[in-house]
Amino acid sequence: MTDQTTAVEHDPGATDALLGPDSARFRHDYLEARGLRVAFGGFVAVRDVDLTVAQGDLRFLIGPNGAGKTTLIDAVTGLVPATGSARLGRTELLGRGTHRIARHGVGRTFQTASVFEELTVLQNLDIAAGARRGPLTMLRRRGAVPEAVEQALEVVGLAGLRDTPAGVLAHGQKQWLEIGMLLVQDAHLLFLDEPVAGMTQAEREATGDLLRRIGSQRVVVVVEHDMEFLRAFADSVTVMHQGRVLAEGTVAEVQRDPAVVEVYLGAPAQPGTAATTKEDA
Amino acid sequence: MTQRLTALLAPGRTRALAGFALAAVVLFAVAPVLLSPFRLGLLAKFLCLAMVAVGIGLAWGRGGLLTLGQGVYFGLGAYVMAMHLKLADAGPGGVPDFMSLYGTGEVPWWWEPMRSPVATVALVILVPALLAGVLGWAVFTRRVRGAYFAILSQALAAAFAILLVGQQQTTGGTNGLNGFRSFFGYDLADPVNQRMLYLVAAGVLLAMVLVARQLMVSRFGELLVAVRDAEDRVRFLGYDPAVAKTTVYVVAAVMAAVGGALFVPVVGIVSPADVGVVPSIGFLVGVAIGGRATLLGPVLGAIAVSWAQTSISEQFPSGWIYFQGALFVGVVAFLPGGLASLLGRRRRRGRGDAAPAPEEPETTAPPSPVPAGAHTGRTAQGRQP
Repeated sequence: MTDQTTAVEHDPGATDALLGPDSARFRHDYLEARGLRVAFGGFVAVRDVDLTVAQGDLRFLIGPNGAGKTTLIDAVTGLVPATGSARLGRTELLGRGTHRIARHGVGRTFQTASVFEELTVLQNLDIAAGARRGPLTMLRRRGAVPEAVEQALEVVGLAGLRDTPAGVLAHGQKQWLEIGMLLVQDAHLLFLDEPVAGMTQAEREATGDLLRRIGSQRVVVVVEHDMEFLRAFADSVTVMHQGRVLAEGTVAEVQRDPAVVEVYLGAPAQPGTAATTKEDA
Repeated sequence: MTQRLTALLAPGRTRALAGFALAAVVLFAVAPVLLSPFRLGLLAKFLCLAMVAVGIGLAWGRGGLLTLGQGVYFGLGAYVMAMHLKLADAGPGGVPDFMSLYGTGEVPWWWEPMRSPVATVALVILVPALLAGVLGWAVFTRRVRGAYFAILSQALAAAFAILLVGQQQTTGGTNGLNGFRSFFGYDLADPVNQRMLYLVAAGVLLAMVLVARQLMVSRFGELLVAVRDAEDRVRFLGYDPAVAKTTVYVVAAVMAAVGGALFVPVVGIVSPADVGVVPSIGFLVGVAIGGRATLLGPVLGAIAVSWAQTSISEQFPSGWIYFQGALFVGVVAFLPGGLASLLGRRRRRGRGDAAPAPEEPETTAPPSPVPAGAHTGRTAQGRQP
């Protein structure tokens, strides 16, 4: 366990450098979803969800399996068609192609870490940083490593593994690489789908610290089942159940909510065990 | 042959340059001296087919596009060139012989641009580039991929061949276009000009390999691998994968067309039998056997398979097709990375670890030096920087 922790100790200085000065650039960013609805044939996976997440508010999205958390992210990132509205600042995201939404500053990670396995760590980050490159740059070999990529390597603690193919990284390292890709992508709105699944305790803490740091300057939404992690790092929580928002508020408020208690069938003291064992009815 | 192959298959920057220089020496100095004019002509034909393979290696090996219909682009380039040769032979304002025999004795309007040599060269590139661009964009933005794309491209090849057969008056039908006498003013019967054609083909092929190498080591090449392995993930980073796929499809189409255009004067005939489904798959076989994701695997594979086809057909006229089929099945089943992957595997074992090369995206061949004796197949030339 301890040998793993050294790999993930990140450098706060590099994080700040990568995130840039706490400027007004992202100051007023927020995600605002209104009446968001996703239907697959007759099945409504997400129904009439209203959700507002502001910058500086590290939001956790929880709920039993099948509650529609990932579908909600899929809708906002353009993977599945949805009705209603989802705005990042003044930009309406729904109805745009996935890559256009990404160019508007929306980034995400996936439940199963999806990195380009045959490419090296460096190449993965370089691609993530380069969606705005012109054709001439694309047709040339990479000369110097972009500064943002260099910083991201430090932030996610993979500088020593930069030339390793992403496919041979450990599970936690892949998730860190994905977070690094989000950072160099310069996303204003970040969705992280179970970022600490399969990580050691030390890795979780490092990830949480990093997310908190990012959350102060970007809009961050984290889907997570780990209640301990949630209690440690969440600024606010949105609970989803059967496609609806069941409750919203601070961790303490949500844990007191009778509807949440009922859904999780557990005492407020152990929602973690309940969340992982309870299946959606 | 296998020794040269071993040396050439190793990329790495200096090694690639060395391999390139070696290939240039072999193609420009050794082969013209050693081979009889007949064999040299055959080699020129194989080089033209290898040009198609370079494009397939990029599109399929790097971009993951299983192009089963490269015969279409090969054929477009070939027919454009053949029309020009027929018109040039007929003289200014003349009518190609077969049109007087089968048709109205009038040259159709769409043949006219090919009277100009400059327009011909431009059209050899533009016609397939345009078709591949429009078709690729339409297909890839609709997210047609995998087997569906393969079937579509193959259907295109079948339709193209049928169209050519049906238009006997203007395309020569099943007979195709043949009986060319001159190539841009040079007498095709003259052995000196045949040798010149061979040298042109060799030079064009080497240039294409250089282009392919640049594309592979560039950021575009890295993006292409990313698109091949995880297209949706690329989309979430803000790229449109259709752009990368269409680009590589167009590049492959142009390479096939140039190969076709040079095939015509070298071989002296192009017919629907050279552009349909069977030759389209034939292009693929060499690429698969050589190693589709490597730089030189497709080229050497295509040349080797064509060479084997000729020699085996000379001995056992009907045996080749079975041999080819067995080889293809064997490679696909037991060696999906082609023969080049054998080299990569052996080299990795020799190095004692699996860490890949930092500089080179070529997955099968890390560039760092290997302990001497680990490779019996490498020649002395291959190891020199």
